[in-house]
Amino acid sequence: MKEPIISVKNLVAKYGDETILNDISVDIFPQEITVILGGSGCGKTTLIKNILKLYQPFSGSVKIFNKEVTSIEEQEFDKILSKIGMLFQNGALLNSLSVFDNVAIPLEQHTDLSKNVIEKMIKVKLDLVNLSHAIKMVPAELSGGMKKRVALARAIALDPDILICDEPSAGLDPLTSASLDELILKLKDLLNMSIVIVTHELASIHRIADRIIFLDNGKVLFSGTLNEAKHTEIPEIKTFFEVGKF
Amino acid sequence: MEIRARTLFLEGELTKLTVPALLDKFSKYLENSIETIDLMNVTKIDSAGIAFIDEIISQLKFDPEKSLTMNKIVQKAYSTFTSVNIKSVSPIIRLDFFTKLGTGFFDFTKSISNGIILIADIFFWSFVGIFNKKGQRKGSVIQQALFIGVDALGIIALLSMILGLILALQSAAQLRQFGANIFVADLMGISMVTEMGPILTAIILAGRSGSSIASEIATMQVTEEIDALKMMAINPIRYIVVPKFHAITICIPLLVTASTLIGIFGGLIIAVTYLDLSPTVFINRIFEILTLRDALIGLGKSYFFAWVIVIIGSYYGFNVKGGAEGVGKVTTQAVVASIFWVIILDAINSLIFYF
Repeated sequence: MKEPIISVKNLVAKYGDETILNDISVDIFPQEITVILGGSGCGKTTLIKNILKLYQPFSGSVKIFNKEVTSIEEQEFDKILSKIGMLFQNGALLNSLSVFDNVAIPLEQHTDLSKNVIEKMIKVKLDLVNLSHAIKMVPAELSGGMKKRVALARAIALDPDILICDEPSAGLDPLTSASLDELILKLKDLLNMSIVIVTHELASIHRIADRIIFLDNGKVLFSGTLNEAKHTEIPEIKTFFEVGKF
Repeated sequence: MEIRARTLFLEGELTKLTVPALLDKFSKYLENSIETIDLMNVTKIDSAGIAFIDEIISQLKFDPEKSLTMNKIVQKAYSTFTSVNIKSVSPIIRLDFFTKLGTGFFDFTKSISNGIILIADIFFWSFVGIFNKKGQRKGSVIQQALFIGVDALGIIALLSMILGLILALQSAAQLRQFGANIFVADLMGISMVTEMGPILTAIILAGRSGSSIASEIATMQVTEEIDALKMMAINPIRYIVVPKFHAITICIPLLVTASTLIGIFGGLIIAVTYLDLSPTVFINRIFEILTLRDALIGLGKSYFFAWVIVIIGSYYGFNVKGGAEGVGKVTTQAVVASIFWVIILDAINSLIFYF
């Protein structure tokens, strides 16, 4: 059995007095695509944001690259974060910067590469997401799907070890969604990335998922491979795979 | 709507257009004893119609299954739109006085500690940022200096000139009565250098740059841009606040100097045209009366004004709650708080140096 790259144990997350995640334990394994599933409001995004300390966990343990991050020094955690790429649900591009400058941020901040090399890397990453033509545009000029693809280019700018995507294909047309899946698979193979994806898209799950984590009401209902998920007797998951919606 | 044999008959259309009139009519029927409701002759019904039926049921405390007779149209709509089986949300618990007081005190101490941490962070990273530009965007200080300094120069110059003219004109009328025309130079020199120049510049910057800092950071907060920076292991204070802090620190003495000189020039115009003083006499008098201490006090306090504007703008921006409405709210709060603290600091400065 492989050592998990992210290991969450007994995580409790709260917003005020409301418990969102109740004693969650999940493992994310290297060089796999793990899909986090569940109904709206079940705590998928909260789980990711707690893993990445964007929200402080109420209790429990989160280990990334075998290091406990809940009590880690900020500088140490920054080193870990520089190996993680995150694609936010709405892209979260810096609106005051151009597409080029957005993708350049991690490269300029975390490498000592020359301007010309950075420029080439940005062009390649934008080409991977089919947005070479948008290099000089600003986020306000982009469609929702284009923003997401620029955000993905930014997330993979440093060729991270872990890529986390929060609903990457939501709001995208089926063709763009499929090409995004192809890109994710390519990244996994080329760069040995470990990828965590929050999605509801059944077609996408079938195409890319190695492992499934199914959340329900702040608890883990199922954790296993895609094949195991397809043949499970848990009614909610059966319904999901049969009907295609939750 | 009519009542026959203890049955309420509803007919025709029960929609959002007809329900208001029916509600008025129904209140008059409440005194009659009604046991069932007949909806067999309803021809059209929407969610407002069903809500009306639910309202009748709840007022008369009926069991809907036993008391309603309905046709297929109503049945179909009723099964979709009825609110009878929806669980009501538990009402918001009203806090008592002491709980409110405790919560308020807790929030206050939390905001104070957050404020102190932010101030420490801003000063620390601004100091580090002088030597180490990592974590900042290239050219961001120049870009911010252009916005905070160059773009503000026009309005500061115009208002300083007007203020200088007003100050000199109003005092000239009094001074002339006593033949003390020359003292307009004393008044203009001291007031513009030690007070009017710095405070006018600070208030314009609070309105212009303070609001812009608060709204920019607040918008970035609500659109997850701050989270995105954190995820790229970039400290948002270093990336967003430090360039503004450096830019305002560079610009404020220049803006205050410009404001002061233009204000004095406004006074000179009045002195020459209204009080028949020669420009040379006016300028010589100003140099005689002003000391280096006055200039340093004026410039020194303007740095504190500038820093307080950046700190307050950042504090409100980072602590935004809600969406667009929240951004608007913190922007207003930041401007009001900045102007308030600029005046408080000015008062403290006056107490220290002139009391």
